[in-house]
Order: sequence, then structure tokens, then C-alpha cells
Amino acid sequence: MLCYDLHRMPDEKSLTEKSRIMDSARMKRAISRLASEIVEENQGAKDVYIVGIRRRGVPLAERIVDKIAEIEGEMPLFGIIDITLYRDDLSTVGASPIVNRTELDTDIDDKIIVLVDDVLYTGRTIRAALDQLMDFGRPRKVQLAVLIDRGREHRELPIQADFVGKTVPTKQSEIIRVMLKEYDEVEGVGIFEKPSE
Amino acid sequence: MEKPYRRRDLLGIRELTEADIRGILDTAENFREINAREIKKVPTLRGKTVINLFFENSTRTRTSFELAAKRLSADAVNISVSSSSVSKGETLVDTALNLDAMQPDCIVVRHGSAGVPHQLAKVSRAAVVNAGDGANEHPTQALLDAMTIREHKKKIQGLEVAIVGDILHSRVARSNIHLLTKLGAKVRVAGPGTLVPKDFEFFIDAGGGDERSLQVCPHVEDAIQGADVVMILRIQRERQDSAYFPTLREYAVHYGLTNDRLDLAKKDAIVLHPGPMNRGIEIASEVADSSRSLILDQVKYGVAVRMAVLYLATGGSNV
Repeated sequence: MLCYDLHRMPDEKSLTEKSRIMDSARMKRAISRLASEIVEENQGAKDVYIVGIRRRGVPLAERIVDKIAEIEGEMPLFGIIDITLYRDDLSTVGASPIVNRTELDTDIDDKIIVLVDDVLYTGRTIRAALDQLMDFGRPRKVQLAVLIDRGREHRELPIQADFVGKTVPTKQSEIIRVMLKEYDEVEGVGIFEKPSE
Repeated sequence: MEKPYRRRDLLGIRELTEADIRGILDTAENFREINAREIKKVPTLRGKTVINLFFENSTRTRTSFELAAKRLSADAVNISVSSSSVSKGETLVDTALNLDAMQPDCIVVRHGSAGVPHQLAKVSRAAVVNAGDGANEHPTQALLDAMTIREHKKKIQGLEVAIVGDILHSRVARSNIHLLTKLGAKVRVAGPGTLVPKDFEFFIDAGGGDERSLQVCPHVEDAIQGADVVMILRIQRERQDSAYFPTLREYAVHYGLTNDRLDLAKKDAIVLHPGPMNRGIEIASEVADSSRSLILDQVKYGVAVRMAVLYLATGGSNV
């Protein structure tokens, strides 16, 4: 009953990888393209505020920021959002998920926010991120950039990405994993099969 | 009564493991940012109900729990003893069952007798959080003290902490001793002999001789000498008639924290006090108002700690 040990992770079932859809070189090119599209769409980096969604959206957002700085010679603003406290499934996920910090140090009012996440699936994470953004202020515009879009048929909310690295049609029984050197041994994107119960 | 599987009570620090404590502190760390926002509210506990059941007076702790609940969007209800049916003769268990029938998700309880939160937890379906029970424990106070120490010292492991004052009646001291020794600090306690029993060394069983992680010092100076943290306890003036020490003035002279005494501690030592403080008695005003005193930081972190505790206690389903 008394268990506040948050660092005890549930047993991670070993997943079998079905196919590797991006290696690190392809991932790098996809990120470069996302960065170019963001500055093209917004005519530069002025007022552009790149916001990574924890966890894997954060390293991706950092890479996009670096790339934009390289293209434009101007650093866009950068921030981090943790959506845990805005989740709509807190009463069903069981043990309280770990809360991390949101870091939006610069005012978001009148900025062009570009939310960055690794995978767009049901859209619920983005809903939570949007709700949280609105608690912080009134951005001029909010856009969404994702490395992988799993396709509209999985969406549970009317949410779409403005910038997509790659669209990958998937089945519900599959898991897409974006592996980044910040968290994983290798870099790349793979499709995994959920272990059958 | 069958206990809901996921419910997590916070009855005391004694019941927690080192990893549990770190888990709560890390969570609290991340809640701090919310209290600095312009809109200090997140929707996390929307629809949950927190009852603050206070059988003892409290301003700071009750307000802190109430703000914590409200900033998480929970509905908070405060019940204080003077306005409750307890004064009409209802037993504690009946009060608990009645409150429970209203289906709260969490009951925060303060009571003058040790063990009341534990009794409540046995009969209640809601998570129970101890906000102070007699001389037993005050877990959220120890957690916010630890958070303040961690913020300034970056760690707790290996620190030397002096706790000075009325140890005998202090739940703050007990919770802090459990927490600090579990996290690897050395604690030295001192105060008037009547309020700091020598046997107190055996309050926790760890090590022996000079290596003990809890030591009772004969003089305040011995406890403060070389300390990284000096924690001053409130002299409970309401106990003055029990003659634990002759006069408040004498207490101030022999045990009060003055700049001279504080000079015995490490140069970068910090001073904590759980409040409300008696200026000029257990702590001199020049110490209380100095930059080494972190009393208001403690209060500030208190809200974040209680948000973390409420989140962890009620997070997930309670059925």
C-alpha cells in the first residue's frame, strides 16, 4: 500500500522489432527538412518558439532549434512542456505517472508556438499540450511538428500535424519507437509488435 | 474494510523507504514551477475531493494543504474541531465513517493524539495524509525541510544536522530524524535535559557509539559545532506551566539560537524553523532575519511538497 518509489519501473516486456523505417542518417535529413519547412512557413525564425513535449519531443526540438539557427542565423525561442498533469487518463493509468518540469521561461504571448513530438497517434498528448499552453498565455499561433505520423485513422481528436517527418500507416497492434541517443543505445525509428497478452 | 488497492496513505516518514522519500521529493521539485506561474493551477485532480480535518489549530499547514489541493483543481473542504460534531460527542471512527460516506478521495488529518491518522486509515476508503499527530509525526514538514536542505546543500547524504529545542514533544523532530537518517545525514539533538531525554538516542536503531546517526548532546553548542544545518524547534509556550524549564528568559539565554552560537556551525550553515517562531526566545531576531535563515523558503516549498503528496496519494484510481 505504501509505495512512493517512482523510480521503480514496470517490467519492460521485450518487444520484437518488425522493421526499421529510419536510420540515423534518414532521421537527420527528416529533421533538417522539418526545420526548413518551419522557417519557410513562418518566413523566418522571428517570434518562432519551438516547444518540445517530454520526453522524446525534447531532443527532437533541440535539434530543430539548432538546424533553424544554422539556416537563419537566428536562434528561435525554445521551451519544454511536460503534459503529465494535463493527461485525461490519470484515473485509469494506475500508479501516478512521474511528473517532470515544464520550462517555458519566455512569455508565450503573441509567439508562434511549434509543438514538437516524436509520434502523432491518437492526438491526446497534443490536446494536453494545447490545454497547458493556454494556461500559460495567448500565443499568436500554434503549429505541430512530428517526426512520425501514424495516420489519421488512429486519431481520437480533430488534431493534425503541420510538419511531418514521415507518415507511417500502422496497425493498432504495433508500436512505433523513436530511438534517440539521449535515451537509447541506437538512433532510428522502428516498428515493433506488441507482445500478445 | 477492504482497502482499495491503489490508495496510498502518508502516515509517517517511518513507514517510507529511502526510495519512497526521494520519489516524493523529486515530484515536489517539479511541482515548484507551477507555483511560480501566473495561473497557478493545473487540472490534474479535477473532480477529486480533499477533506482537511483539523482537530488542532493550524494556519500554515492547513492553508498550505488547501492551496495545494486547489492548485491541483481538487475541491478542498476544511473541517476544524470547533465546528464539528466531534465536540458533540461523536467518536473518531464515526466521524471518519461519516466523512467517508461522502466519498472524498483524500483526508488530511491533524490531531493532538499520536496514531489518529493510522486509525482513520483503517476505516476510511479515502487516502489518509498525516498533517501532524500528537508527538508522533508531521511527515510533510520533514519533507519540505528536506526539500529546503536539498535546494541549498544539493544533497542530504553526509550532512550534519543539529536539531535544538523541545525534542520530547516535537513531531517535527521525529519526522525529521527518520527522514534525515534514512537519507544518510547525521543528526544531533540538544536542549534542556527535561525536553531531550538521553534515551532518545535509541529512538532509531542505527549504529553505535560515535558512529550513531542520531546523537543526544549535553549542550546546544556541541550539537551546533560544525553543523551544516541548524533546525530550531518552537518552544511550546502553552506547556510553560509544566515546568520543563524555569523561565522563557532563561531558555533564551541557554538554548536560544544567537549569532554567537550560530558561528560555531559551518560558515555556510543554514537555519530552519518550522514556525510559528517565538522571536527572542528559541531564535534571536538577527538570526531569523539573516540570509542564512530559510524559514520563508520552507513555507514556500511546503505547498509544492503537499501538491506532490496529494498527487501521489490520489493519483490513479481509488477503486
